[in-house]
Amino acid sequence: MSKMLMKGNEAIAQAAIAAGCDAFFGYPITPQNEICEYMSKYLAKSGGAFVQAESELAAINMVYGAAGAGARTMTSSSSPGIALKQEGISYCAGAELPCVIVAISRGGPGLGGILPAQGDYNQATRGGGNGDYKVVVLAPNGVQEATEMVRDAFLLSEKYRNPVMVMADGVIGQMMEPVEINTDPLPKFEKPWAATGESQSRGTRNVINSLFLNPVDLENHNIALRKKYDMIEENEVQVDLYMMEDADVALVAYGTPSRIVKSAIEEMRAEGIKVGLIRPKTLYPFPFKQINAAADKVKFLLTAELSMGQMVHDVRLAVNGKVPVYFYGRAGGMIFEPKEISDAVKSHLGGE
Amino acid sequence: MAVIFQKTKGLTDTPFTYCPGCTHGIIHRLVAECLEELDLLDRTIAIASVGCSVMSYEFFNCDAIQAAHGRAPAVATGVKRVHPDKIVFTYQGDGDLASIGTGEIVQAAHRGDNITVIFVNNAIYGMTGGQMAPTTLPGQITTTSPYGRDVTKQGEPIRMAELMAQIPGAAYIERVMTADPVSVRKAKRAIKKAFEIQKNGGGFSMIEILSSCNIGWGLSPVDALKYIKEDMAAYFPLGVFKDKGAAQ
Amino acid sequence: MKKVKMVCAGFGGQGVLSVGQLIAMMAMNKNYLVSWMPSYGPEMRGGTANCHVVIDEHDVGSPIISDGITHLLAMNQPALKKFLPRVAPGGVIVANASMVKKDESRPDIQWVMVDFYQIAVESGNQRTQNMAALGSLVRQLEGFSESDGFNIIKEKFGDKNPEMVEVNQKAYTLAYHN
Repeated sequence: MSKMLMKGNEAIAQAAIAAGCDAFFGYPITPQNEICEYMSKYLAKSGGAFVQAESELAAINMVYGAAGAGARTMTSSSSPGIALKQEGISYCAGAELPCVIVAISRGGPGLGGILPAQGDYNQATRGGGNGDYKVVVLAPNGVQEATEMVRDAFLLSEKYRNPVMVMADGVIGQMMEPVEINTDPLPKFEKPWAATGESQSRGTRNVINSLFLNPVDLENHNIALRKKYDMIEENEVQVDLYMMEDADVALVAYGTPSRIVKSAIEEMRAEGIKVGLIRPKTLYPFPFKQINAAADKVKFLLTAELSMGQMVHDVRLAVNGKVPVYFYGRAGGMIFEPKEISDAVKSHLGGE
Repeated sequence: MAVIFQKTKGLTDTPFTYCPGCTHGIIHRLVAECLEELDLLDRTIAIASVGCSVMSYEFFNCDAIQAAHGRAPAVATGVKRVHPDKIVFTYQGDGDLASIGTGEIVQAAHRGDNITVIFVNNAIYGMTGGQMAPTTLPGQITTTSPYGRDVTKQGEPIRMAELMAQIPGAAYIERVMTADPVSVRKAKRAIKKAFEIQKNGGGFSMIEILSSCNIGWGLSPVDALKYIKEDMAAYFPLGVFKDKGAAQ
Repeated sequence: MKKVKMVCAGFGGQGVLSVGQLIAMMAMNKNYLVSWMPSYGPEMRGGTANCHVVIDEHDVGSPIISDGITHLLAMNQPALKKFLPRVAPGGVIVANASMVKKDESRPDIQWVMVDFYQIAVESGNQRTQNMAALGSLVRQLEGFSESDGFNIIKEKFGDKNPEMVEVNQKAYTLAYHN
């Protein structure tokens, strides 16, 4: 397939169809509407099921049902809608159902705004739902990568029987970039556990459930989940290092801000300031080890986010006090300029 | 020796967790018998809800998915859309269906999803200890209406069958009860009809079943059955409220 | 090629998003890296629309242009007012002369004033003003030729709207040589 100029949201939808998505359940909310619209237009044509649900709550519970019945399934929404989905995400995690949630983030709290923001880092990585669970969170910084991560998300979700979120800010959903979508068939994992109905011929009943009234059973379930998360943390961290070899300062950013930071790095490098970028591509599992290692070689780290400071806490956990970790953020749909980042770096350099 | 009675294959051997005197057990048996008699056990996915019947996935001898409180119809939609040839039913109580899950039940019917809803109305939250439900009768004492349901402050009980019958997408809506052998047999006929409708692609059906909660009501099992017949059925009239198939 | 940071702005309905998209497609066809970012939401409902197009050989960086605009298409006066302060010295403003007044306080900018309305009327369809704007913009873009823009119009509208291709191309050509 040749390159096409596509909007992030449409490219995400097409990538999901190309990855063999069987069913999509959505609800309108800006700035992710093009995903639902694209799915309504093309998913049924390719033999899949599309339902515009009555709410985000219903949509994620439809995902729970379809995933429980063995389908490769997805939903998408934006910040307040993702908040509503947390109940269902917790159930999917508890019942160990593979599914993909696309989050095209906007400003908050409450109804907030509709412009790009990253105030949902905690919601995504800590889980807004109840209980001890983790959702794998992939954070693309462009349209091409968003399509690749959607594909990855289906694979990871089925490999680990766990919900996977692709979280992109509104810029990535709304902008167009040249994109080439991978149309190779994505292997289907066997799902012998799925509730597909054939209990009698199978000789065993398949039950999808997250209820364990016996505390011993529930603790064992919690321990098994934790072991799975350990495996994910061991094997699935993705991080991009840019100009870190000789860097005196490490900037940490994900999503669209990582591109703005990159522009700032180029400007600072031209002035002789040795700055590099650490870009987590997986927000969970978080690149703790890589950031900890980087902390040995730099004077300080500065985390740049479109929030009032959320990922910065993970960066501080990673650095563990070795060197200072500073923060620069804008919020509400305001987006920092490269110069703001350079100024922040310079002010901390000057303060030494 | 001739077998004169045996338990339906539609139920597992797991003992029920229901209180003695509760009619959930009867309703489970009716559903299970219908699935067996219609030869649907090998193609059915049950959606359990939250409430006293939260463990129903242990009792029905078919595949099952346990849903979040009120969301069973949405879960059923998800299953049915990826397995249109399978039989999907939800088993929900009145707190689940008529309170927290009103959005989901109304919208599943609105979409005309080809599923069957077994709605057990016992006018109370049994699982959590007998709190007031949307279906609690006027004046009825519960743990959250200790002076009796005051309709001026707590509203009048909601009649779900009548409400659901108004939805164009609903194909079959009937209210029955489990108060005596005759009404139990009628309840079974209604449940069977609902599954037959689904089997034939007829669309959304809901059977509301007036059921007892003798513990929550503070009555003996016998008095509880009397309460169904005399008090509940007086407020919640029995009958077919919608039958698209018959209308055509 | 020097990095292009272009903003196309005007009233909703003036087709500025399409102009930006066509330029992004041209850049893609030349294997440049490119991003196209529209304004969205209530900003659009307020009647104004704009998009940001960044073109570079190596790295687009931020798809949102906060300053250092190299090329501004201003289809109306509010668009000029909003984006003029962010145009880099030495930048180019292509402005719709029928609706925009040149700002004499910025002699450091190259002003290209073209009456897109007049050209559209000459082409035979008033709705081709944005294609005229495309012509004037392409003329100012380093590394792109007249035929790049001419052909992209066919690539974009050829299937859906073949009868519009010719009149659009006419407006484009007239403006390019204006």
